[in-house]
Amino acid sequence: MTSEPPLCPECEGEVEIPADAMENELLSCEECGTELEIMSLDPISLELAPEVEEDWGE
Amino acid sequence: MRVALLVTHIRAEEKLILAAFNNRDISPDIILDRELNFEITQGADQLAPSGLAWRDYDLVFERCVSTSRGMYALAILNSWGIRSFNTYETAATCSDKLRTSIALMRQGIPQPHTRVAFTPKSAMQAIEDVEYPAVLKPVTGSWGRLLARVHNRDSAEAILEHRQTLGDYNHHTYYVQEYVDKPGRDIRAFVVGERTIAAIYRESNHWITNTARGGLATNCPVTPLLDDICVRAANAVGGGILAVDLLEDAAGDFVVNEINHTMEFRNSSKPTGVDIAQEVIDFVIGQVGVPA
Repeated sequence: MTSEPPLCPECEGEVEIPADAMENELLSCEECGTELEIMSLDPISLELAPEVEEDWGE
Repeated sequence: MRVALLVTHIRAEEKLILAAFNNRDISPDIILDRELNFEITQGADQLAPSGLAWRDYDLVFERCVSTSRGMYALAILNSWGIRSFNTYETAATCSDKLRTSIALMRQGIPQPHTRVAFTPKSAMQAIEDVEYPAVLKPVTGSWGRLLARVHNRDSAEAILEHRQTLGDYNHHTYYVQEYVDKPGRDIRAFVVGERTIAAIYRESNHWITNTARGGLATNCPVTPLLDDICVRAANAVGGGILAVDLLEDAAGDFVVNEINHTMEFRNSSKPTGVDIAQEVIDFVIGQVGVPA
């Protein structure tokens, strides 16, 4: 991982990546609350998580 | 043992499942449902997105948050003879509240009084047959979305008109239930094979008690009575790894409300003291019967 924290693609706030983060894991931007998906870890790449669809659930 | 973990994305539950597999020296291949591209007639020799042939997997563990992707992937994989948890049959039954109701009825398992109608006019009659307050639910869907508790004819007419006008055909199957006046909580029980491994109360001031909607989870003792109805309900929908949601009616008796085939459990291990992910994975490994 790079030492520079990645920026939220929505608000450009710094996003803290947990040490045990995985590719395709969801996390929330602490600054704006937007849900993000980690697309890659090396280098770190974040995208907006897909919108919840009608058939999502348990 | 070669395991494919089929996901939409990675959530807390999938990380717990991966850790539980790792504890048994198994490293599943993570397969994203967005990358699936099946050729139906080619069978299990074709390659999965991981680069392995599907045939090489001893097990596909389906954890898609997208119900349709997970269910149809299982339909294809099971048709090729690929073993999975849960099976397509279980997923297809659980993902449809009406099919779940039929499965429960066939096994004589208590459930809320339920009616089904297909037009706003007949749905209005169904609502008045179960009496107010009634609960309207989409036959598919989760996390308490689009549930409506209907207290009178005015609100019933409004909801039916909205669903008929704004919803697609899925919303034109009107699934109507009596409102069970539960004691501010419902029960979620986790069934693994023939055993209820843990259960929680989901407490809320709101009539919808899903933890996804803020319901508070506390431990619910698994009594022999609770275990019996939960295991019977799980088997009624095909069995496997399932979360059975129950209500307690005015007499204190259990009724089965719904059954979930890709259960969420991140908030349930702590109050119950049960390592749900490890229980699930140890069961799966035992069922597949292939050395790690």
